[in-house]
Amino acid sequence: MRDFYGVTLDSPLMLGTAQYPSPAVMEAAFRASGASVATVSLRRETGGGQAFWQIIKGLGLHVLPNTAGCYSAREAVTTARMAREVFETNWIKLEVIGHADTLQPDPFGLLEAAETLAAEGFQVFPYTTEDQVLAQRLVDAGCRVLMPWGAPIGSGLGLNNRYGLRMLRAAFPDIPMVVDAGLGLPSHAADAMEMGFDAVLLNTAVAQADDPVAMATAFGLAARAGRMAHGAGPMAPRDMAVPSTPVIGKAWL
Amino acid sequence: MADVTIIGAGVAGLWAAHALSQRGITPRLIDRHGAPGAHGCSWWAGGMLAPFCEGATSEPAVIAHGQRAASDWAGVTEVTQNGSLVVALARDRAELDRFARRTSGHDRIGGAALADLEPDLATAGREALLFGTEAHLSPRRALADLVAALAVKGITIEQAEATPDDIPGTVIDCRGLAANLPGLRGVRGEMVMLRTPDVTLARPVRLLHPRHPLYIVPRGDGVFMLGATQIESAAPGPVTARALLELLSAAYALHPAFAEAQVIETGADLRPAFADHVPRVIRRGRVLHLNGLFRHGYLMAPALARQAADYLETGTKGDLFHED
Repeated sequence: MRDFYGVTLDSPLMLGTAQYPSPAVMEAAFRASGASVATVSLRRETGGGQAFWQIIKGLGLHVLPNTAGCYSAREAVTTARMAREVFETNWIKLEVIGHADTLQPDPFGLLEAAETLAAEGFQVFPYTTEDQVLAQRLVDAGCRVLMPWGAPIGSGLGLNNRYGLRMLRAAFPDIPMVVDAGLGLPSHAADAMEMGFDAVLLNTAVAQADDPVAMATAFGLAARAGRMAHGAGPMAPRDMAVPSTPVIGKAWL
Repeated sequence: MADVTIIGAGVAGLWAAHALSQRGITPRLIDRHGAPGAHGCSWWAGGMLAPFCEGATSEPAVIAHGQRAASDWAGVTEVTQNGSLVVALARDRAELDRFARRTSGHDRIGGAALADLEPDLATAGREALLFGTEAHLSPRRALADLVAALAVKGITIEQAEATPDDIPGTVIDCRGLAANLPGLRGVRGEMVMLRTPDVTLARPVRLLHPRHPLYIVPRGDGVFMLGATQIESAAPGPVTARALLELLSAAYALHPAFAEAQVIETGADLRPAFADHVPRVIRRGRVLHLNGLFRHGYLMAPALARQAADYLETGTKGDLFHED
């Protein structure tokens, strides 16, 4: 099983910590989902005072700080360094946003920041597109995890480019990969896991659901079901109907 | 009833004093800053009495108790019973559907009905949710009216530093974050006051936006309060440029005339909140804590004060009551 910088995760679900109705609901959602990783944004949340950070710490999960909202490599690097101090981890989910409306990653800024941070000993989880060339450059820069998007952040569209994601998965068989962003339904999470991804990361779909706890539970089940299905060796689709019970030898009247 | 001392003269402390005075108890009321002002987060509130809108993201206790807030306040200050309005920009229609699904007590309106209510907001094809039973008030005026009502009953605010340990007898601690209770955290909020003669609103308007939700509360005389950010941070200090950008951009999207408005005030403070965002009466020995009002100070203070007074008078423990 592929691990995340030496860490094996019990559950393939990673959940964000923003936008819940209250910390109490957030905590209940995490517990119900069985998520193994909590992502947290340093930029605005936890900036002053440790109360929210203590709540996240109290979840007892791996914490993956992110650089959400950074628009340049320099900003992201600064944020990552602050996150390392605050959260006492070398893990960093690296986001360098290239476009304010689509929140699409800026591939050039991302690569620049990844090179800098990897050289400083960070264990980088880059939020990237499904572009294979960029993925190779990120791996060359020292990233040992890739986080391709499913669809734009918060859009809930699911896996926008299944072909691209499948090709990416096949191109880097040894690199753990997390489908991050754009998942709206548990079936999207199961789909990604069935394709052989190692985890899924989402926030809005759970936090903004009418019942975040129930939705978190559903995502947890779906991610695990998808992982199990991938491991079980799914059948290949075929055009011809094949009966599961032999026809020959049946009594006929 | 033995002596009761209330520490903290924000909306919680003033309401506690008011609730006790209605039952014939005359408490001492102490605040380290004296009369309500910019030092307390009650000063920066929106003043919406909107239990159904809040229900989109709040626990049922807030919806249930909040429904009495308008009539409670009406005994003290001027309450405007015009309902509240929820709108979304054209491309965010789905947000309006979702908000409607998660709340009750609203009618969906558009076209002529919206134009009748709020002519300045009626654009072609726009729909809105009207929460007809909701209300709003002017927070600073409400605080002043509460202080005046207490003065009539002989209760004045003593300006002094005090903690419950300093004071004998029953103490009601309404100091907000300064009470430093376990599980209590600060949630930063930022607001802007604008003045423009070019926009007229008769009721609070909420703009649903996937990134920058906004509410605008008319204060009369062309003054509007824009609020409020909600950031998981206990960092004090003035409003940030980003918060201003977000609030003003959202207001501009709602009505372009806000671009020409004068910015007459900005403010930022920390809301005391428990993890479930429901306020509590917490008994610790001879001290009752009224705290965690979060963004529901004006909506929930009357109910919280009532439960504290009930407990002191009869020992009744309401649903907001906790014991340490």
